[in-house]
Amino acid sequence: MSRFPEFLAVALLAAGPAFAGDFGLGRPATEAEVAAWDIDVRPDGEGLPEGSGSVAEGEEIFVEQCAVCHGDFGEGVDRWPVLAGGDGTLASDNPVKTVGSYWPYASTVYDYVHRAMPFGNAQSLSPDEVYALTAYILYLNYVVEDEEFVLSNENFGDIEMPNVGGFIFDERPDTPYLAQGAPCMSDCKDEVKITARAMVLDVTPDDETNPGGELVVVETPVEPEPEPEAAPAHDPELVAEGETVFRKCSACHMVGEGAKHRVGPTLNGVVGSPAGQADGFKYSGALTSMAEGGLVWDEEALAAFLRKPREFMKGTKMAFAGLKDEADIAAVIAYLAAQE
Amino acid sequence: MTDSTSRRGFLTGSAAVAAAGAVAAGSARADDPAITEVQPWAQMLGDGVDARPYGHPSEHEAHVVRRHVAWLTADPISSVNFTPLHELDGIITPNGLCFERHHGGIAEIDPAQHRLMINGLVDTPLVFTMQDLMRFPRENRVYFLECAANSGMEWRGAQLNGCQFTHGMIHNVVYTGVPLKYILEEAGLKTNAAWILPEGADASAMTRSVPLSKAMDDCLVAFRMNGEALRPEQGYPLRLVVPGWEGNMWIKWLRRIEVGDEPWHHREETSKYTDLLENGVARRFTWEMDVKSVITNPSPQAPITHGKGFTVISGVAWSGRGTIREVHVTLDGGRNWQQARIDGPSLPKSMHRFYYEFDWDGSPLLLQSRAIDSDGMIQPTKNELREARGYNSIYHNNGIQTWHVRENGEAENVEVS
Repeated sequence: MSRFPEFLAVALLAAGPAFAGDFGLGRPATEAEVAAWDIDVRPDGEGLPEGSGSVAEGEEIFVEQCAVCHGDFGEGVDRWPVLAGGDGTLASDNPVKTVGSYWPYASTVYDYVHRAMPFGNAQSLSPDEVYALTAYILYLNYVVEDEEFVLSNENFGDIEMPNVGGFIFDERPDTPYLAQGAPCMSDCKDEVKITARAMVLDVTPDDETNPGGELVVVETPVEPEPEPEAAPAHDPELVAEGETVFRKCSACHMVGEGAKHRVGPTLNGVVGSPAGQADGFKYSGALTSMAEGGLVWDEEALAAFLRKPREFMKGTKMAFAGLKDEADIAAVIAYLAAQE
Repeated sequence: MTDSTSRRGFLTGSAAVAAAGAVAAGSARADDPAITEVQPWAQMLGDGVDARPYGHPSEHEAHVVRRHVAWLTADPISSVNFTPLHELDGIITPNGLCFERHHGGIAEIDPAQHRLMINGLVDTPLVFTMQDLMRFPRENRVYFLECAANSGMEWRGAQLNGCQFTHGMIHNVVYTGVPLKYILEEAGLKTNAAWILPEGADASAMTRSVPLSKAMDDCLVAFRMNGEALRPEQGYPLRLVVPGWEGNMWIKWLRRIEVGDEPWHHREETSKYTDLLENGVARRFTWEMDVKSVITNPSPQAPITHGKGFTVISGVAWSGRGTIREVHVTLDGGRNWQQARIDGPSLPKSMHRFYYEFDWDGSPLLLQSRAIDSDGMIQPTKNELREARGYNSIYHNNGIQTWHVRENGEAENVEVS
């Protein structure tokens, strides 16, 4: 310390005068004031208000208020947070940290949705709405399986998140310190090579004309949607209706010329084909085993799958609650059948 | 901004002066018109005293600004920008250049309408106005605030080309505020009190769980930075100061502190600010910011423009565990190290300024700095960090930074073997 005599002086100043407290400042908060601001919720349920909401109610609110950023199924739009999926990715090169794959406590979902969401309209949701949204987000993550499930302050404590055991306390120091030996000062290595360079990536904002820089990602060029060919075999009106319905699917699936796998596989020629045939797509174990069992995507099987995906195929990766309207199911199958 | 005042224009101008100097050295030296001609500012009168009631930097410094990286976040509201470290010296960051991180944008608060509530495991829940808070005994302390994600983009390799972007999620200012201890004791702590939950008044209502031991040790409830009121983007009128600990905990627009017996496990301490290890398990409550340093000049945004000869390497070092006892600098990528010279105040949990002066022969350099703190922690290499934690940690990257300086003085962010 002798190199820095000013440190000693500072240490003396930092001791400062001692005060015994009880300055007689401030005033007691009223109960209503505390109630207005004390909104925090803990894993043990402390702070949860009375209320309840179902998965189905949550889905409606989610589509209305949340999907514009998070996608209909929590898949995330652009760089907005992904809320669902990512199971088994935490130890991979590309961990996907979602409510289901990462968050240790469901109370955090309730607390955060209530305090900060929807983005730009925080604290606008009623307790029932927040319970419903929490239920839907848990459903998207297979933490609850039943669309009829109702989450409330009564049963909140029963929810256990998959990654609750995935956290440990700080283990530092985990890098060298002096007691292990002073660092090398001379002739520390034989040769030095450059192993990585930022300029290869070129993601740095450079000047006023390009203040933001660009992330180097290979984007799929946005092609104009190809017009479905109205072959005589297909009812053009039904195909057109199906194209509208397919917008619900297009967050995850592409069809037509130049289609690529997204969250879900491409669907060209799917109608009438054996299941699990899209090259290069990693299907769920559930789909693979049903495909091995001879599943063919004829109109009947597709209709059953689209009606209740998780009932038809337990363990499917498709995070879609299903189409309720039979006419929509028929239309979207007609649209898919028109995609060769 | 005119071209002559832009950063590019400034650098080009400097290079031209250097070139002119080099030519002149070999022949009869030309007279410098900056001296021989009467400059306008030497002849005509300038603005009077009230032309700038709140002063601002020279127009020639207009390039010295915070900058953001558009691809990092979905939008500019829940986003971050970066302190231009390469344009600064000494240890204090000017208020207008302190990096910003918001989760619901900047709350614009009327201080007359601002309240601080203390509730939870206390004898009497209390409400304070700003005027009440300014009647407590106050302290002045210099602390760095570093985002836990500072250098987070560099975990997987050299990515951003400039110390503003690789290391600019930090600032260092003198705070004036009330020890949090006084305020908590005013409400009276219950015997089972063990944690606090500070909360912001902004549209994200930011919260973090802080252990009571830290709250009672050195936390401040601050209302001034560098002598003046906090800037709105830094939490005006009130912010929590959590010395040495990750910036996310320094709740801005502080409106409430709840006292409890357990942590809350809120979004910012579970989903975020947890350090994912190679085996898929994550560390939580990793609060301290470890010993770290970076050479700010030269660096990619601040190349050497004067050619070979005597030059100054400058940089900053800091540790959330205390003071900086030594900084080492290498010119050859870590084969040989020299002691750097620390100049200016050496304060705990504050930035330190270091210099290393030498005669540059114009050959390429692989510049690094390595700091050691008063706890004896040694700034690790990036590979030592990766061996300990893998590649997915994002947070708490305090690894050694390398700048490759070429013969022409330009610098690039690289990694070395």
